[in-house]
Amino acid sequence: MIRLDGVGKTYRTRRGDLVHAVEDVTLHVAENEFVTLVGPSGCGKSTLLRLVAGLTPVTRGTIAIRDEPVREPFADVGFVFQQPVLLPWRSVLDNVLFSVEMLGLEPRQYRKQALDLLELTGLAGFETKYPRELSGGMQQRVAICRALLPDPSLLLMDEPFGALDAMTREEMSLELLRIWEERRKTILFVTHSIPEAILLADRVVVMTPRPGRIARILTVGLPRPRTMEAEFDPRFKAASEDVRGLIFARRGAR
Amino acid sequence: MIRRRVVSDYLVPAATLLGVLLAWEAATRAFRVPRFVMPAPSAILAEGWDWRYRFLGHAWVTLYETLGGFALSIAVGVPLAVLIVYSPVLRSALYPLIVLAQSVPKIAIAPVLLLMVGHGEFPKVIVAFLVAFFPVVVDTATGLAATPPELLDLSRSYRASAFKTFVKVRLPMAMPFVFAGAKVAITLAVIGAVVGEFVGSDKGLGYVILSATSYWKTELAFSSMILLSLMAIVLFGAVSLVERLVCPWLVPTVDE
Repeated sequence: MIRLDGVGKTYRTRRGDLVHAVEDVTLHVAENEFVTLVGPSGCGKSTLLRLVAGLTPVTRGTIAIRDEPVREPFADVGFVFQQPVLLPWRSVLDNVLFSVEMLGLEPRQYRKQALDLLELTGLAGFETKYPRELSGGMQQRVAICRALLPDPSLLLMDEPFGALDAMTREEMSLELLRIWEERRKTILFVTHSIPEAILLADRVVVMTPRPGRIARILTVGLPRPRTMEAEFDPRFKAASEDVRGLIFARRGAR
Repeated sequence: MIRRRVVSDYLVPAATLLGVLLAWEAATRAFRVPRFVMPAPSAILAEGWDWRYRFLGHAWVTLYETLGGFALSIAVGVPLAVLIVYSPVLRSALYPLIVLAQSVPKIAIAPVLLLMVGHGEFPKVIVAFLVAFFPVVVDTATGLAATPPELLDLSRSYRASAFKTFVKVRLPMAMPFVFAGAKVAITLAVIGAVVGEFVGSDKGLGYVILSATSYWKTELAFSSMILLSLMAIVLFGAVSLVERLVCPWLVPTVDE
């Protein structure tokens, strides 16, 4: 579904230095595949997500979605950030409807679907609350509902659980998997948590920094649907050792 | 709990004020302070009561000048802030001018303005506007620039127009900042109107203070000042009330 071929992104800082945020990334993602991008800060994983979203243009290479080259943002995508960035003056329901509204669709026709999504994410009964009345985890669920409402075939998630506490984080990962089982879509998920990357993914893309590039792509062979028990599976342990090795080997070499 | 709050929030400040007034009254009587130097609170109150009908007319003039200046400061300040935030060229063109306009002492502009636009209420409205508009521009611009970049990315990823993003995201996001500026502006507008009246007028509470002091009628000047403070407090409260109505999400629904 997504094809990145030889993608590179070079920034110029204010001082005029060139920064190679992403270099020579080639990655093909299949329809309904769950791919996680994991790596330390500065490895270009978030930049890669912005490139795929069409929010920033590539410097080199090509990105195509369903054979359509990405030149600007396209409508069939949902974005979830590390912060929920909800609109504080809108109720939970109106925040979920924000996405269809910005897309130029009629929000009234999406009311039922929005309520269904809130139900699916365990937010039934909170429709009329303001965001600040919700916990961090609940706010992020609202942000996920907002991204899911137009039913995009591609979901881009930039460390969506990074700001949550460890317990809420595990809970949210499993919940995301449950939602994904119910409404299949292609997901590109950025994280710097290795267990999170493995638990969620069909394939884990391990990235290393300066310049940001792919170290290796690992296929996670764990059966689905996955539960917290998956972490005790020897395959899980093997995979996390692989990822750890790839990230820290490079650091050790320096 | 509630009773303790009533005591600390209302009774303590009220008792303090009453104590200060009593001490003041006692001191002026005990030391036989001449009334034109420092009138007793009772004398101020009596004079104010005598003037109650005449005050009505003067207060109305000052109120009208203040509200005119305040309305202008919002009507000019908010669009100016939008231009500054959206256009880097206009920002570099306008910002120095705005800061320059702010740095000129308004009391120095007032006589010149009077020469330019003549007498009457209009020049006072202009002075009130000049004094009040700066915080509106600066706070609104700050608020518009403070939109989380993720929200702007989100709007862009939904291919929403810049205008739609402004109306649905940036402007409402900036509203608390606009009101912060407006609250400062309303109190400054009162000062501006009085400064305008000081320079040359035959109406308004500022005029009453000026003419009362030239006739050694200190009680009258004091009661006029009190009226001005009351006006500023009520206006500030009114802006806060509008803020609560426009931005209900800022008010906690549960008392913590």
